[in-house]
Amino acid sequence: MHLKYESIIREPLVDGNKTYHQITEDICAPIERAPSKLWRIGFLMSLSLLGFGAFSIVWEVYWGTGVWNLNKTIGWGWDITNFVWWVGIGHAGTLISAILLLFRQGWRTGVNRAAEAMTIFAVMCAGQFPIWHMGRVWNAFFVLPYGNTRGPLWPNFISPLLWDVFAISTYFTVSLLFWYSGLIPDFATLRDRAQTKFRKMAYGYASFGWAGSAKHWQRHEMLSLVLAGLSTPLVLSVHTIVSFDFATSIVPGWHTTIFPPYFVAGAVFSGFAMVQTLLILTRKILGLQEYITLGHIEAMNKVIVLTGSIVGVAYLTELFIAYYSGVIWEQEAFRLRVLGPYWWAYWGMMLCNVVSPQLFWFKKLRRNVWFTFFMSIIVNIGMWFERFVIIMSLHRDYLPSSWSYYTPSWTEVAFYLGSFGLFFTCYFLFAKYFPVIAIAEIKFILKTSGDNYKKEMEQYEHQDNEVFLQEQSHHH
Amino acid sequence: MSIKKFAVAVYDDEAVLFPAVKKVRSAGYKIHDVYTPFAVHGLDVALGQKESDLHIAGFIYGITGTCTALGFMGWIFTTDWPQNFGGKPHFPLPAFIPITFELTVLFAAVGMVLTFCYLNQIMPGVKKHIFHPRQTDDKFVMVIEVNDTNEAETLAILQSTGAELTETQVAESDWWYGRFDIKEDYEIQQQLA
Repeated sequence: MHLKYESIIREPLVDGNKTYHQITEDICAPIERAPSKLWRIGFLMSLSLLGFGAFSIVWEVYWGTGVWNLNKTIGWGWDITNFVWWVGIGHAGTLISAILLLFRQGWRTGVNRAAEAMTIFAVMCAGQFPIWHMGRVWNAFFVLPYGNTRGPLWPNFISPLLWDVFAISTYFTVSLLFWYSGLIPDFATLRDRAQTKFRKMAYGYASFGWAGSAKHWQRHEMLSLVLAGLSTPLVLSVHTIVSFDFATSIVPGWHTTIFPPYFVAGAVFSGFAMVQTLLILTRKILGLQEYITLGHIEAMNKVIVLTGSIVGVAYLTELFIAYYSGVIWEQEAFRLRVLGPYWWAYWGMMLCNVVSPQLFWFKKLRRNVWFTFFMSIIVNIGMWFERFVIIMSLHRDYLPSSWSYYTPSWTEVAFYLGSFGLFFTCYFLFAKYFPVIAIAEIKFILKTSGDNYKKEMEQYEHQDNEVFLQEQSHHH
Repeated sequence: MSIKKFAVAVYDDEAVLFPAVKKVRSAGYKIHDVYTPFAVHGLDVALGQKESDLHIAGFIYGITGTCTALGFMGWIFTTDWPQNFGGKPHFPLPAFIPITFELTVLFAAVGMVLTFCYLNQIMPGVKKHIFHPRQTDDKFVMVIEVNDTNEAETLAILQSTGAELTETQVAESDWWYGRFDIKEDYEIQQQLA
């Protein structure tokens, strides 16, 4: 048996004196007790918000998209702003589970399950916006390439809007499969612990009859690795394609080659912020501070300050290129962004996305839970402003008679609130009935990164290399 | 359905399990299976299992996706319904890349997960015998198929490997359709006997 050694300089990823069984107990406990009052209230609130959103959609479908305040220049308004915002949020989960898996970042195991769930729910929310934006939503299936009697007439495969259909649906499917394949063994754990008949049956179905055979685990490892390899370029492609919706149009302010990397960085930025918002609350309410440690929060804050700075560089580059291009239309579009009627959105974006995350250069603030929570909300407000600024930059086109100042109608606001309802309804159900932390994966890293196991390694830390090699070679 | 007799050894740490697997295998026993609560690295090697070929299946599915996307879009744009989009070519390869890439990933992922489920024989509604209720929690369970003649000696060698529990179980060796909240006939019979 090899010695499971990892330098004690690395912070432990699981605090406290944990055993395999204790991990199971800790993570299954919130699922096995009755829902708390706080959970019931939160769930009902989310459900009613969802109902309100559903009502606004019924209203919109009945009367048509005319009930939204879209006009000649602003054709996308809040709707597509929210779409891009939610898709962006949906990037952190797969990034954490896929890219960090390939980079062998052990800390991902504490947060990947909840982050992937967040991804799936965020993509579900995102999908609502373009679908209902179609107006005649009963014709939504026209985007699919199916044999039809109109020629057959096919969708335009070289339109970025159709690429979006493929990108988002693929992303949703692959994220769901990745998430669920990780859940199968954990559902088996819940099934074998279940006390009531109903739970045994339900988790029995959910676990697909998983028993934990060695060969199955070997295939499971291979599946996770290849899915991670596939998801890594996928995650980068999705927001790239979303940015093509803008970048391939020949419109001042949108037609820029910087969009793909800038959108991806922004997506990771907002996604990590949303993970922070959710996990800081989840770890507190479910008592999982020993699994989602300050070290995890700090690691995510480092990603936030990095991607926030990338986004900041992108904003400044955009301004410089607009000036340097010498194109007066481009220059005017950016002058209007900064100083025009929507100046408040631009400066809100700058303050929230570029200036305030710089505070995370201080280690004290990176490890401060409530400051992080506050900042995570600020970042998501900033990222909403970013998409709003980009979409609003069309408010003045080449024809001054169509210039306008767009504000949303109540249905647009209600639709946005409804998407929060959908998101939190799903998240509440997830936090109650699903293992919020990947149980099997935490057990896998326990002996290298558990606090108690790391302490046992201290004796080797100062040992002479020769002596260490001599002693350990006998174990092989 | 085939009900067989198994010698079952339960270990409480993978550090005990590895030497046990080694010992049992070198004594010439054929291990039916080892059940662990998480992926124990190196266990497949210790059991003499060959590497999984799942990634090759994934590659084949991915290539299928690539060909489907390019072939379908190419056929539509050049043969079935050629259209002139602003004078662009009928087979604009760079503009086909996004959808081709997405379908490659989609086919590979969906195909691999389905193959994974097929190979492992797992599906909603499938039931398998659980030798120890904590084999998905913190116990490591080694199972060896036995008959009446070698039962005692197998149990003896398992006992000598540091197992915290050894016993004989009569169990279904394969999967079947069933519910985990309902006891199977053979389990009830075993309890009565």
